[in-house]
Amino acid sequence: MMHAVAIPPFEHFYEQHRAEVLRLLRRRLGADRAEDAFQETFLRALKAYRRLEHAEHLRAWVLTIAQNVALDALRRSKPSAELVDTGVEDSRPAYENLADLTDGLPPKERAAVVLRYGYDLSYDQIAAALGSSPDAARQAASTGVRRLRRSASS
Amino acid sequence: MTVSSDLDRRFRDAAFALDLVDVGFDVVDSPIGPLFVAASTRGLASISFDSDPEGQLERLARVAGPAILRSPRSVNAARRELDEYFGGRRRIFDLALDLRALPPFTVSVLHQLARVPYGETTTYGALAAAVGRPRAARAVGTVMNRNRIPIVLPCHRVVGASGDLVGYAGGLDRKITLLELEGAL
Repeated sequence: MMHAVAIPPFEHFYEQHRAEVLRLLRRRLGADRAEDAFQETFLRALKAYRRLEHAEHLRAWVLTIAQNVALDALRRSKPSAELVDTGVEDSRPAYENLADLTDGLPPKERAAVVLRYGYDLSYDQIAAALGSSPDAARQAASTGVRRLRRSASS
Repeated sequence: MTVSSDLDRRFRDAAFALDLVDVGFDVVDSPIGPLFVAASTRGLASISFDSDPEGQLERLARVAGPAILRSPRSVNAARRELDEYFGGRRRIFDLALDLRALPPFTVSVLHQLARVPYGETTTYGALAAAVGRPRAARAVGTVMNRNRIPIVLPCHRVVGASGDLVGYAGGLDRKITLLELEGAL
C-alpha cells in the first residue's frame, strides 16, 4: 500500500501529541480523571492506528478522540452518580461490543467486564490495562457481572 | 504539561497487554553497550548497536506496520535471554525470529548461520557452500553486514578463510568481545 504521507511510527505520534492531549483532558476533567482519559485516548488511537489511510490531520484526530473520551467520562459521571464507587480512577476502555450493556457499571467494573467477556483477556492482562492486581481485576469483573444480573432481573 | 513517567509507563504496559502493539522496542543494557531491541508479534525483529531508534522505527514501520511503541514488556524475553547469554549462562537462544521481507537467499544464509554453534567459528565461504552457492562468499559477507539480529543470529562467529576476523557491522571490538565471551578466541 502506498501512502502520500507515510504514517509515522506510533511512537513518534504519541511523543508528539501526548502533552497537548493531557493538557486538554486536564482542562476538561481535572488532574485525577485526566490520567485515565489520557490512557484511554491513546489506546483508542493505537487500536485504530493500523487502519489509518493517511497521515494527515493526525493532531486533529487525536484531539477529537480526547474530546470524545472526556465527554464520555463527563456523561457517565452524572446520571449514575449513585453507582460510582470510590475506585473510579481506573481506565475505562470503551470497546464497542459490550458498551451498551455495561453502560451503567462503574468504570473499573465496566472495563473489567468488557475486557474479560468482550475480549477474552486474562486477568493478568486486564490488571495491566487497569493498573491494578490480577485479583482486583477478577474481583471487579465478578462484581460487575453480579451487578448486571441484578439490573437485568429487576 | 508533561506526562509523568508513571502515566507514560501505564499507557505503554496497557497497550502491550491489550495486544495493540505490532512492534515493541526498548533499549537493553549489555556489556557491549546499549542495544536497541525490537520484537514483533512474530518474534524478535531487530537488535541494533545504534541505540537511537529513529531510523530503525521508520524501517520497522515499513515492514511490520506503524503500530510501533516503546514497550519494555514486549522485549522482556529477549532481554532475559541476552542477559543470560552475556552472563555466560546461555549458549542457545530460544527466541522466535521475525525475518519478514528479507530475500530468500538472505533467509537461507541466516538459517545456516543460526546453526553455527556457540564458541565456534565458520567462514564466509563455508556458509556460502552450505546454502549451495559455494562461490557466493562475498554475497554472504553482505548478508552478515546487514544482519538485523546480530548476537542472536551469530554473524560474529563468521571469519575470513585465513582466520582473520575481517569485520563486524557493530565494530571489530564487539566481535572480539563476543568471541572471547564464548571462548572462541
